[in-house]
Amino acid sequence: MKAPDVRDEYLASLAPDTNPLAGPGPDWLNALRAEAAACVNSLPYPTTHDEEWRFTDFGLLRKTAFASAAADISPEVSLADIAPFVLPESEKSRLVFVNGIYAPHLSVCAGLPQGVVMSNLAAGLSSHDAVIRAHLAQQLDFHNEAFAALNTSHIRDGALVLIAKDTACPAPIHLLFIATGATANTPQASYPRCLVIAEAGSTCALIEDYVCLSPGVYFTDAVSEITIGENASVEHTRLQRESHSAFHMAYGVAALARGSNYVAHNIAFGARISRHDLRITQNGEAAQCTLNGLALISGRQIADTHTVMDHAKPNGQSTQLHKCIADGGAHAVFNGKIFVRKDAQHTNAAQQSRNLLLSNKARIDTKPQLEIFADDVKCAHGATVSQLETEEMFYLNSRGLTTLTARNLLIYAFAEEIVDRIPVPSLIKQLSKTLSEQILEHT
Amino acid sequence: MISSNSKVILEVRNLSASVAGIEILKGINLTVRSGEVHAIMGPNGSGKSTFSKVLAGHPGYTVTGGEVLFEGQNLLELPPEERARNGVFLAFQYPIEIPGVSNSAFLRLTYNTQQAHRGGEELDPLEFNDFIQEKCKIVEMDPSFLDRSVNEGFSGGEKKRNEILQMAVLDPRLAILDETDSGLDIDALRIVASGVNKLMTPDNAVIMVTHYQRLLNYITPDFVHVMRRGRIIKTGGKELALELETRGYDWVDDEHQSAADAHGRASAAGPEHAGAEADAHGSASAAGAGRAGAASV
Repeated sequence: MKAPDVRDEYLASLAPDTNPLAGPGPDWLNALRAEAAACVNSLPYPTTHDEEWRFTDFGLLRKTAFASAAADISPEVSLADIAPFVLPESEKSRLVFVNGIYAPHLSVCAGLPQGVVMSNLAAGLSSHDAVIRAHLAQQLDFHNEAFAALNTSHIRDGALVLIAKDTACPAPIHLLFIATGATANTPQASYPRCLVIAEAGSTCALIEDYVCLSPGVYFTDAVSEITIGENASVEHTRLQRESHSAFHMAYGVAALARGSNYVAHNIAFGARISRHDLRITQNGEAAQCTLNGLALISGRQIADTHTVMDHAKPNGQSTQLHKCIADGGAHAVFNGKIFVRKDAQHTNAAQQSRNLLLSNKARIDTKPQLEIFADDVKCAHGATVSQLETEEMFYLNSRGLTTLTARNLLIYAFAEEIVDRIPVPSLIKQLSKTLSEQILEHT
Repeated sequence: MISSNSKVILEVRNLSASVAGIEILKGINLTVRSGEVHAIMGPNGSGKSTFSKVLAGHPGYTVTGGEVLFEGQNLLELPPEERARNGVFLAFQYPIEIPGVSNSAFLRLTYNTQQAHRGGEELDPLEFNDFIQEKCKIVEMDPSFLDRSVNEGFSGGEKKRNEILQMAVLDPRLAILDETDSGLDIDALRIVASGVNKLMTPDNAVIMVTHYQRLLNYITPDFVHVMRRGRIIKTGGKELALELETRGYDWVDDEHQSAADAHGRASAAGPEHAGAEADAHGSASAAGAGRAGAASV
């Protein structure tokens, strides 16, 4: 008899108790959902036998039965509940989603200049159907990625951000995705979606934030798509601070036009098993990209980051610094690919992967990959994995600091280098506090 | 400033230590009293830096014999942080960089840690700011360095100045300067030395580990010790440093060797043998006299 197929297990585990095809919206969206649903039912699901997934075993995920969060069972969440995550800088530019469902009573969009649209996708469809249709799921490879297809088949709502030509959004846009953990003791699966379009010459700062209100098992399958027009600039901070029992799967795609600039800060503290696949494509000349990444994990957490930096046009630039810190029996993975296509002459790409192992049982796998098809380029990459050094510890001890304080200071400093680059001061403060707590917790 | 009545701060008796199973220190004897400046000189590989690190409690070195009393307390039984809190300060030859931690936050953390230990008053960031601005003047450090990460991107001279700034903040009873002159240009050397001089009081003491005379032009030592093969083989006043500058170290070794021979030991020649013989002599005399080679007995 044939062993149960991995896909069957996933489908059983994530079997939607609501029909994803029955969502609201125009015909083209229903067609898109149907196309994605067909992929969900036909694509192979990744296992550790796949090279790209060999370190991230989602086996635990498919052994859990999830219910899809639906609007009518969304639990009541109050402003007081989300107070710890509220950012003063974004007090009037915040969209909140509870288990992937838009929560209008927690969201505020006020005083934004004309030309800045931030709303939930469902509402946006009535006023911006054409632009949404032109961009939604266009960059995303959901025909080949099962979890991306799963998300797309579940599109009911999501976050929509449109920045019109030459418009500068004055406040950072906070997209807050709240998981409530289990509802009625059933683990929830939610499918958050973000669509961001920054037209030519526009600028904005974006915070995509995944948090939980109570610990528990749940599954977040998120997709974000960002389109950056000519000479536009987007600074995107992504925080994954899910429950330490949760599963988090995320796809991010960003398409960069000529002369545009994309800066990303990807921070992962949470989840039992998390995976973030990020693909950035420089479709226009002289585009610039900066990628900062930090994973800080302990216990039995797994945090896997796969990035693809695709230089498709000449004179592009990219700088990447990714850091992993693993304690306990945690396992961090970084796989960073840089492609320099044949046309992408005079590309300047640099990637660094720096990693810190805090225990003998922790593990970090890092794999920088460069594939260069152009002949006049400057590319560099480097990877280090180290432990706290005796000399560093001794230096701090010799100044009177205990071994514990010295250790925490060094870990904090290592992580803070990334956190400090985030352009939102209150968020830096929030994260620094989380960092300190999390580092102390580990010791 | 110095008198035989000065309080003994450090008493090193027949100290030996090894790293990775190799014995580096082979019976060091040294007495340091308050108000004194001691220079320890010697060629590379003689054990000077090892001695500094052993005093500060570096975990990579194993003390294999002897004892160290710091203000009467057994220093060797204390972990490095407690040695520091009790007043032992080591200025590093190669200070580490701590990206992500501002110099001022770090200085305040160490200051308050020590104050808590000594029962003194801790300072909040504003109070500390006033305090540290004054200390910066001692080493002519631009206060903008306080906002930078600890030692990150500092030049050699800036790092050494930062070490002396830490010394100024922590106010140690015994400061050990491990080759603080290395990598300094003449201006930085003058500033660093002047900083150390300003921090000297009748109640504290300094041990300077150095290769060269040039630092001693600015900080006048009361005693100069020559270290060779893990032992102090000659002690003199500041004029000894000048003599070393003109004559090098070999004559000290020869002189020491002759003394060892005269002691009635086998006189087999050759530098390797000489070392072995000197060891025998050292332990024999240490056992007998207890503090042979001590500076201010």
